Amino acid sequence: MAVGPTTLSTTAPRTSRRHINRDLLLAIVVLTPSIIAVAIFIYTFIAWTFWISTVNWNTSVIDYTFVGLRNWERMLSSFRFQMNLRNLALYALGFMSQCIIIGFLLASLLDQHIKGEAVFRTIFIFPFAVSAVVTGVAWRWLMRPETGINLLFESVGLGFLKSKWFADPTWGILFITIASSWQFAGYVMALYLAGLRGIPSEVKEAAQIDGCNTWALYRHIIIPMLAPVTYTSIVLTGMGAIRVFDIVTVISGSGQAFSTDMLAYHMFEQMFTANRFSLSAVIGAFMIILSVFLVVPYLLSVRKEQER
Amino acid sequence: MTRSKTISLQTIWSRGAIYLLLIAFALYFLMPVYVLVNTSFKPYTEVSVQRMWELPQGLYLGSFTEAWSKVAPNFTNSLLITVPAAIISSFIGSINGYIFSKWRFKGSNTIFLLFLIGMFLPYQGVLIPMVITLRSVGLYGTIPGLIFIHCVFGIPITALMFRSYYAGVPDDLVDAGKIDGCGFFGIYRHVLLPIAAPAFAVVLLWQFTSIWNDFIIGLVVLSNPRLAPVTVAVQNLAGSFTTEWNIQMAGALIAAAPTIIVYLLLGKLFMRGLLAGSVKG
Repeated sequence: MAVGPTTLSTTAPRTSRRHINRDLLLAIVVLTPSIIAVAIFIYTFIAWTFWISTVNWNTSVIDYTFVGLRNWERMLSSFRFQMNLRNLALYALGFMSQCIIIGFLLASLLDQHIKGEAVFRTIFIFPFAVSAVVTGVAWRWLMRPETGINLLFESVGLGFLKSKWFADPTWGILFITIASSWQFAGYVMALYLAGLRGIPSEVKEAAQIDGCNTWALYRHIIIPMLAPVTYTSIVLTGMGAIRVFDIVTVISGSGQAFSTDMLAYHMFEQMFTANRFSLSAVIGAFMIILSVFLVVPYLLSVRKEQER
Repeated sequence: MTRSKTISLQTIWSRGAIYLLLIAFALYFLMPVYVLVNTSFKPYTEVSVQRMWELPQGLYLGSFTEAWSKVAPNFTNSLLITVPAAIISSFIGSINGYIFSKWRFKGSNTIFLLFLIGMFLPYQGVLIPMVITLRSVGLYGTIPGLIFIHCVFGIPITALMFRSYYAGVPDDLVDAGKIDGCGFFGIYRHVLLPIAAPAFAVVLLWQFTSIWNDFIIGLVVLSNPRLAPVTVAVQNLAGSFTTEWNIQMAGALIAAAPTIIVYLLLGKLFMRGLLAGSVKG
């Protein structure tokens, strides 16, 4: 399977035969149901969510009375939502840095002609095949204060490292990113490994002949050349941070005084537990806005890159 | 590596450090697996916070039978959801990818870009209208409803994967098909489909894994515990904090088994999916 950047330049061959045009029309007709499905189930639904966020539907009784930005004001000024933003910042920081640093490190190590590379690669990537729910179940026990990793620390004389983990009322959310990065770092590693394999060995050899040591080689040549992979990783992990739901739900839910409450979890509770659909829609719409800022510039830059 | 046969002491040290680091990370990555497997094979009486890391005294299978009795119906639900949804969405993707790569028309690249943007946006932006719509057409809380939703949300990613695969197929082959008098469907059936098996494998595997592992859509659409997919059942099993850890872990292992087995058997395809799914590759 071709995994290289998809080229956008190959144009449909233009034969002057008339049935080609008929076939092109047929192609459009066949594509139409998918276009309609995406238009309705993604774009119209998003617009609908924005609309719900401006009406008065905060009980189980449907109410489409327009109230302007009242729900937005109420949500954005609430303590819980502000905790969500704080937690998102911490989660993004922990998750993105762990995934990118560990992913890059592992890829660089594996790129050193390692015996048993396939075994290591399999071990590092397999968590991505495991659901966030299962990841959460395993890590929730590993991070139980009275057992798990704390017990391990104690038995090797590192008792001072003992922590309350996700139950920590201030930094709990950061500890959850240990579990989610465990699951996702292998993916980032796979991206970096593909990138490293794409750098011609002549480049590395030339640099070494020029007297570059390993550190300088990475700092001045490899890391800059892998910038597109880093951008991809930032976008993917950033999206992962914005929408995280499963793993937080399994490990801690809202946590003590919303210390591990994330946007998606808050939204889910407003929707299913409290039936405050309009307030819930504010959170959903807010998540869309955040994602658009992250994703649209990225996809446009990828497209520009490919058109060159 | 290629340069000389004389291995200096320094290279031995740095090689050793590299392997040591890799092994340390491998142990770290395997730690949760050890805990899952280890605890699953213990009876409840042996599960204690003080002896969490100790190996079980014997291979006790009771945790699995008890966990299975609790999650078996949901395991079946997951199969009933995942298999049809993966097959249908792969098929849709194979046609859409074909159109996006071989039948470009004015605006097709823009449509494709809108598909990709849609693929990245979080589900939370569509959940409420989705529930309303499924309710109004009577599909809410049903397995066909969930299959439908997975197929719709699979449209962008499957189109992307097939499109990049077909991009590697020379347009000359398509042109030859046209000259032979093949039309739109003819070229698909006789030119592309016969060589698309690797792409189907990658996309099927990708869709199977992501739909099997889905939690949020299953939770929202199938809130009825009897109909819920296995991920939701595992969370319910673990929900009450007093339940036996050995059964929770066994349940989690059962839920993870299909995707782990598929990954171990078809790891290479999985890797290709990872790269194709990242847009950039």
